[in-house]
Amino acid sequence: MARGNLPSLSLHVPEPKFRPGDKVDYSDLAISRAGEQPRPDEQCEASETHPLCLDLVRVLGDDDRAIGPWDPRLDADTLRRMLRTMALTRAFDDRMYRGQRQGKTSFYMKCTGEEATSVAPAMALADDDMVFPSYRQQGILIARGYPLVEMINQIYSNRADKLKGRQLPIMYSAREQSFFTISGNLATQYPQAVGWAMASAIKGDSRIAATWIGEGSTAEGDFHSAMTFAAVYNAPVIFNVVNNQWAISSFSGFAGAERTTFAARAIGYGIAGLRVDGNDPLAVFAATQWAANRARANAGPTLIEHFTYRAEGHSTSDDPTQYRSAQEREEWPLGDPVNRLKKHLVALGEWSDEQHEAMDRELVDLVKAATKEAEKNGILGHGLHHPFHTMFEDVFEELPWHLREQSEQAIRERRIKWPEWKES
Amino acid sequence: MTYEESPVSLAEAPTRRLNMIEAINDALDIMMERDPNVVVMGEDVGYFGGVFRATAGLQKKYGKTRVFDTPISECGIIGVAVGMGAYGLRPVPEIQFADYIYPGLDQLVSEAARLRYRSAGEFIAPMTVRSPFGGGIFGGQTHSQSPEALFTHVAGLKTVVPSTPHDAKGLLIAAIEDNDPVIFFEPKRIYNGPFNGYYDKPVEPWSKHADSAVPEGYYSIPLGKARVVRPGQAFTVLAYGTMVHVAAAVCAEKGVDAEIIDLRTLVPLDIETVEKSVEKTGKCLIVHEATRTSGFGAELSALVQERCFYHLEAPIERVTGFDTPYPHSLEWAYFPGPVRIGEAVDRLMKA
Repeated sequence: MARGNLPSLSLHVPEPKFRPGDKVDYSDLAISRAGEQPRPDEQCEASETHPLCLDLVRVLGDDDRAIGPWDPRLDADTLRRMLRTMALTRAFDDRMYRGQRQGKTSFYMKCTGEEATSVAPAMALADDDMVFPSYRQQGILIARGYPLVEMINQIYSNRADKLKGRQLPIMYSAREQSFFTISGNLATQYPQAVGWAMASAIKGDSRIAATWIGEGSTAEGDFHSAMTFAAVYNAPVIFNVVNNQWAISSFSGFAGAERTTFAARAIGYGIAGLRVDGNDPLAVFAATQWAANRARANAGPTLIEHFTYRAEGHSTSDDPTQYRSAQEREEWPLGDPVNRLKKHLVALGEWSDEQHEAMDRELVDLVKAATKEAEKNGILGHGLHHPFHTMFEDVFEELPWHLREQSEQAIRERRIKWPEWKES
Repeated sequence: MTYEESPVSLAEAPTRRLNMIEAINDALDIMMERDPNVVVMGEDVGYFGGVFRATAGLQKKYGKTRVFDTPISECGIIGVAVGMGAYGLRPVPEIQFADYIYPGLDQLVSEAARLRYRSAGEFIAPMTVRSPFGGGIFGGQTHSQSPEALFTHVAGLKTVVPSTPHDAKGLLIAAIEDNDPVIFFEPKRIYNGPFNGYYDKPVEPWSKHADSAVPEGYYSIPLGKARVVRPGQAFTVLAYGTMVHVAAAVCAEKGVDAEIIDLRTLVPLDIETVEKSVEKTGKCLIVHEATRTSGFGAELSALVQERCFYHLEAPIERVTGFDTPYPHSLEWAYFPGPVRIGEAVDRLMKA
């Protein structure tokens, strides 16, 4: 095939550094020192943030103290609330994961190790800023006070499920909490968030939009569309890229991580970019606050890459021991977000191991009680679901003739199978 | 011609003679005036007023934040429209040609169509996607397509195809007011005049056609209601868009007493009007420009067969474009014109 003296071309197929059984060595991973990253003015030119796209904004140092210009200087009560919300998110995940294994539902996805990337931004945003999450930001709902029982009703698809059993577990929708309906189709929420932000700007509102995506999904075309539209219209939107290193079994190299950072993609669009330690809740809070202030001042959108690690499998249908080294999680150089915030509070003299243990016990009980409450409304497959006719509602605002006919058919089929049954 | 289903009495309303582009422009103008949440966007729709002039003058009148040009990204155009709808706006995005709607398909099928359902009504997508559609203009493969069947197959989308200036205005106003996402396909072959399929004869402008009398001001034509273009006894013709005029011309040429129904809305379909007509005539001819296999005609044929079986006196005839990409030089060999429709009419008359 090769012509003359030209070398044969070769296709580069990325390969992660560690596979199952491999010893993990993160020594060549560049980890910036906490406190050393400059904090530019929130209304600076996007280009001024370019060095920060290649750096890592960090606040919590190895001594568990907050340091540097990005320290958001939160009071102890706020820090404790943040810690509690992250710990609650983790306790919730653990319980729901077990619930899936016990057959109470079909599916679940944890966000273990990534709690800071949803809880801290939710606390930095106003409660009525619209969020367009992916499926791994349950911490936002919890931070915004959405009832755990409602979340579990949705996961169980029971008769109290606000989404009427139509959606796969964890695809929440909570309009009152300004939490946009989650879609299974990756990245679609990105241009939607831009559109919402544009609408807010068209109406002269002061609310902004924030959206989340995994690093794997940045490869979707919607990512490019969203960045382009946001740049063109200077939309008041915050783009979060949760770089947890893994998209199911594919490492971040398959989304382009071998060449540059995800934050650096902002550079090409003329958008401000920040790359933050995603396991440092204070850095995440500070970055969101910076971006929110920027958006509110009509200074434009910001892309924030949260550098973190997906500590668990992709979902209850995934077994990560099949494609990555179990040591990765243990050796992850940025540690665990809950543990780091806990140690920070302890270092401040505002928290103790005993208090933490007591809180964890309390949260386990809290989740258990919510689970019991939700189970009264039924679990998946136990017949306590929404009435049959609801399957046909909300396809359109009004039921057209063909759906009315199909609804009657579904009810007829049900009566044939269970003659005693009455449509509630 | 009856417009009795129109919510507004149009009998006394002064009318103007408009072509379809002017009627669409008028509808957009009226809705932007009435509802400050209506925004118009798309490639070249702003300052320039659209490559077909459908949005001419609107930016000047309503300002850049309500009528604006977009980047060349159909995925982005539909995607931001979904987000705007979630905020509470009523976006009317334009896709320059129906042939270029595919990059926006994921946002339409997976998002706009399912938003209300998956959120149990918490979020809706009250958007109207306008797009020039259909062939007969030497548009070749990518300026001629009729992709309506891709959308009628999607639960949660409404699909509308007007065939006259009068209907284009009334249906577009209804679509913009509708709280469901509407795909509004505008047959570009009949933007300026009602094309009858006889491509070798001069085309008449809309001004010589009765349906170019467009009432001034606001009126709407309900979605899901067909129009009986011409009552008849011999057989029923089901058509929409350009093909309404082609089928009518062929039937007139042949002197057959066909009942011609312009479906206007494909989903939701006006099944009552269809059934009533076929039960009366006992025969059915379905005409569309889109390719045959799995086209919307297949759905119409199945419905007529299921619901009117004992009234049928002949096999249902389906006249469509061929199952090929839309060709450039062989356009009139592809187009379901007078010869192809004529053969079907002859078969029905003999049956």
